[in-house]
Amino acid sequence: MAIAREAEPVGSLTEVREAGLDREDLLTIYRNMLITRGVEERGHILYKQGKIPGSFYTGRGNEGAAVGVAIAMRPEDIGTPLHRDMGVHITRGLEPWRIFANYMGRVDGPARGRDGNVHMADARLGLISMVSHLPAMLPVAVGAALAFRIREEKRVAVGWFGEGSAARGDAHESMNLAGVRHLPIVFICDNNQWAYSTPTYLEFPTEHVADRAESYGFEGVVVDGTDVLAVYREAKRAIEKARAGGGPTLIECLTLRMEGHAVHDDAFYVPRDMFEEWAKSDPIERFRTWLREHADLSDEEEDELASEIKKLLNDAIKRAEESPLPDPATVTDGVFASPEDLDTPHHR
Amino acid sequence: VTVVAQLTYLQAISDGLRLEMRRDKRVYVIGEDVGVYGGAFKVTLGFQEEFGPWRVIDAPLSEAAIVGSCTGAALMGLRPVAEMQFADFVSCGWDQLVTVAAKQFYRAGTPVPIVVRLPSGGGFSGGPFHSQNPETSFAHIPGLKCVCPATPEDAKGLLASAIEDPNPVLYFEHKHLYRRIKADVPEERFTVPIGKARTHREGEDISVITWGAMVYTADEAADELAKDDVSVEIVDLRSVLPWDKAAVLASARKTSKVLVLHEDTRTGGFGAEIAATIAEEAFESLDAPVKRIAAPDAPVPYSPPLEKAYIPQVDTVAAGLRELATY
Repeated sequence: MAIAREAEPVGSLTEVREAGLDREDLLTIYRNMLITRGVEERGHILYKQGKIPGSFYTGRGNEGAAVGVAIAMRPEDIGTPLHRDMGVHITRGLEPWRIFANYMGRVDGPARGRDGNVHMADARLGLISMVSHLPAMLPVAVGAALAFRIREEKRVAVGWFGEGSAARGDAHESMNLAGVRHLPIVFICDNNQWAYSTPTYLEFPTEHVADRAESYGFEGVVVDGTDVLAVYREAKRAIEKARAGGGPTLIECLTLRMEGHAVHDDAFYVPRDMFEEWAKSDPIERFRTWLREHADLSDEEEDELASEIKKLLNDAIKRAEESPLPDPATVTDGVFASPEDLDTPHHR
Repeated sequence: VTVVAQLTYLQAISDGLRLEMRRDKRVYVIGEDVGVYGGAFKVTLGFQEEFGPWRVIDAPLSEAAIVGSCTGAALMGLRPVAEMQFADFVSCGWDQLVTVAAKQFYRAGTPVPIVVRLPSGGGFSGGPFHSQNPETSFAHIPGLKCVCPATPEDAKGLLASAIEDPNPVLYFEHKHLYRRIKADVPEERFTVPIGKARTHREGEDISVITWGAMVYTADEAADELAKDDVSVEIVDLRSVLPWDKAAVLASARKTSKVLVLHEDTRTGGFGAEIAATIAEEAFESLDAPVKRIAAPDAPVPYSPPLEKAYIPQVDTVAAGLRELATY
């Protein structure tokens, strides 16, 4: 039996306006979702061309959930997005050429060749770089929220995890500490229903991950993660509640991971009809339809957007390929920080 | 004029931490029972009254969240000092130190200035989970610093340096020194550089390289050898990562015989690294093979005779020194 509140879909433009978005915002959201998918599609091609080493991960199907939350954050808020959350990086302003540079292990990627794929963040954009041990980022997000509480700042931390991560102790410790201390944090669970090949019923025994929130003393909400506006509305509510001293919220964004865990994985274990069903609620297509129905998105606007993004990505790949590979002599540089390295946006 | 006071090792840690918190509002303490109770060993006794509940934070039993939240807060510009109730419990916070904090600067370019205090070491029947010396495990992780003060003065000065340091620093405070060791400590703030060894005792014939509580075991053994006119030099590393290779090599070259001594277990212990380095870089100065004395490869036992057999004792160290003297 579900305990968490199930969020309502957003219907009309009036509701959207009530939630704080104007038409320009809506187009920004749409654009960010398109860029997010475009970056990952183009990245996948580069990977197949052998231009990206290691492995390659995408967040196909999660674009709405990622962008919806990120758009609800204020510039001064802090987030720890994971590997399905490219839309967060895009929304916070990370330029696609730097993402491609990161994929390709170039010096201009945020990780400067020290880490690959989405293991990156630009601190100047208020994001903290993820590690592979996904739920390990939750205690870090809690620490950011704790810092805001200690300094009595009106800032909010947003910590992401997946439904697979929900099984790890870090998820529990983080939500428990945040609940005990009533910290300004919003937990976002990207529930894409598959942790590599493991289905949800082998990861957690309740109906929703968000059902757990009650046991930590705060609200849990389940939202359709393919509905960017519903995600936005819930994220906005939760973030502003946290900012006002109302404590944490756990928002579970339900989606389906529309590709394998990584590109090597054909996801044979996911039932085909599940893919077919969820393909009907592709977050981008869904929002596009909504924009055409409710916000007069025109063919001209769509064409213009498509060609603008195509150029953006072409230029980005070109620029990334021009970025140098790291000098092997620098392999041990920066293992330890020096006092002058403390002069970062986070520390100022 | 430097005002000095006789302080126990524990008082020196406490005073040092209080001074840092008074001079820098970014410094806060988080740990289990650190607030009202003042910490299991009373290092933070009275701190909550002085600094309030948001700078002396009683945490739930959550080492991962304690350490991980320090990383998050440090990235936001604070200077967290976490207390593990016992060093042994850091195993639950391992991932946050090793996976997140240690690699963050290298990967992302954002420094993580956190300190984790680790009451470590045995000698009072703490058993397998309240006696360990896990410094070597962390010294092996690039990106972490490990300091192991042996004297009250170093305890205070190294704590200040650890808090000031832009990296994650593990501060191993030996529980067996807390109330046993007392010495003059300057009352004002001062720092002791991380990575600089200290000559605890000057000598000519044999060098002992050690740290933490073993400095005193070595000292007593050296007193024994002095009766036989064997002069022992004791180098207190003060930090095992970074470690003062130059000071160790200089002492090895001076005396030509080296005993490496530590309370942690032998195999893969940090002594192995020191011995290997001496073999690589000072081989031609040696008149005897480098000798290691350490705990046997076993968990720390509880019962007094077993624990005595486990932790290197003065007699064992003296016997090792005699072997080297007659080599």
